[in-house]
Amino acid sequence: MTQWIDACATDDIDAEDLIRFDHAGATYAIYHAPDGKFYATAGKCTHEAVHLADGLVMNYVIECPKHNGQFDYRTGEAKRAPVCVNLKTYPVKVEDNRVFIQVA
Amino acid sequence: MTKRDYSLLGPDGARAVETGLAAAEWYHTEVPRKEMKALMQRSDSPAIRDTVLLYGLMITFAGIGIYLWPSWWSAPFWLAYGVLYGSASDSRWHECGHGTAFKTPWMNNVVFEIASFMIMRNSATWRWSHARHHTDTYIVGRDPEIAIMRPVVFAKIIAGFFGLPDVAAFIPRMLYNAFIGVHPTEKTFVPESEWPKVVRVARISTLIYGATIALALWMGSILPLMVIGLPRLYGAWHHVMTGLLQHGGLADNVIDHRLNSRTVYMNPVSRFIYWNMNYHVEHHMFPMVPYHALPRLHAAIKHDLPAPNTSIAQAFKEMWPALRRQLAYEDYFLKRDLPASAKPYREDFHLAALGAAPAAAE
Ligand code: FES
Repeated sequence: MTQWIDACATDDIDAEDLIRFDHAGATYAIYHAPDGKFYATAGKCTHEAVHLADGLVMNYVIECPKHNGQFDYRTGEAKRAPVCVNLKTYPVKVEDNRVFIQVA
Repeated sequence: MTKRDYSLLGPDGARAVETGLAAAEWYHTEVPRKEMKALMQRSDSPAIRDTVLLYGLMITFAGIGIYLWPSWWSAPFWLAYGVLYGSASDSRWHECGHGTAFKTPWMNNVVFEIASFMIMRNSATWRWSHARHHTDTYIVGRDPEIAIMRPVVFAKIIAGFFGLPDVAAFIPRMLYNAFIGVHPTEKTFVPESEWPKVVRVARISTLIYGATIALALWMGSILPLMVIGLPRLYGAWHHVMTGLLQHGGLADNVIDHRLNSRTVYMNPVSRFIYWNMNYHVEHHMFPMVPYHALPRLHAAIKHDLPAPNTSIAQAFKEMWPALRRQLAYEDYFLKRDLPASAKPYREDFHLAALGAAPAAAE
């Protein structure tokens, strides 16, 4: 069953940045895009399971802190070696300045 | 004494995986997120400036070398050209491979391909071997880029200053990749989707070297090879000199870059050639920080790192005796003191990893 999880407040994340969010044994990354929208992906890189939260958001790209692999965090698409496997993404909604993510 | 097996398919690599030493979580100095974000910011201008300067100097030196050829007066210009071709290409390959030198991806890619060609590394293969070097820095049997294997073969190190072992390994591998395919060792770290690129890059390189040799034969002169190919030999010394210092004489099989990497203060010319990779502990801890921000990163975290070596000469003076000592005792390494402000080494973990290796505190 899918459920919406209250992950953080909108101002917990600077614009063009991300935070780590752990829930029920899983780890997620929540992004605040430069256009003000919020996005969520799996929290770890698909290359070597490193937390993306220490990485760098550049526009709509998250760069992994370990080997500089890149993903488009809106679609999860792997954009730069050494990442080859796409990142899982999750639906996001914002209500009353809270960011919710929908997890399975 | 432990006998090390550096083969990527050997027992040491398998043991590193079993014991959790491979792909482990490494020590990081804590840096506030805001500060780290500022340090990671990308910019095109420093790398454009340095690239214009580099290629401009190369064209000037090679032009004068060709003009004065075959007089001995051309020699200093070839030596200068050679260092830029055979050594600066190493750091350009490295930084652009990380994708941090320029902000604009295509600029990183163009300089990466040119530098890979000059330094004689297949651009498709080495991108992956370097990723492994960052995951498993100096983990025996896992890291394909261990420059100094124990026990040290000094003749190989000396030959390295003239690029000989690298070129001797590169040419047969280029031909293997071009005519047979991806080598079994490469298959351990290059994903299958990239194998066609490995072959394509090798074929392009083979064509360029073939054409250069044909031109040299047609002209009855080695001049074309002085411009393409040979500078990888006569100009290699600087990147070998700086590269040996990165990890030489320090610990292996540890998961704290303060134990296995060395930061060395260098003169501005060497730093231009080396693109600030003298801040090597910093680079390994935070590979996201571009070369031009490494001095700032160094200032931010030096309280947590061993004191840097004060010059290239001083670093060699520290490293060389340690390498000699490893001839007699393979497990020996230099363990550098941390300042009082630093978080201590995880002795418990590293003792387990290193066994009862004797270490010298500086
Ligand atoms: S762990 Fe993310 S790019 Fe390697």
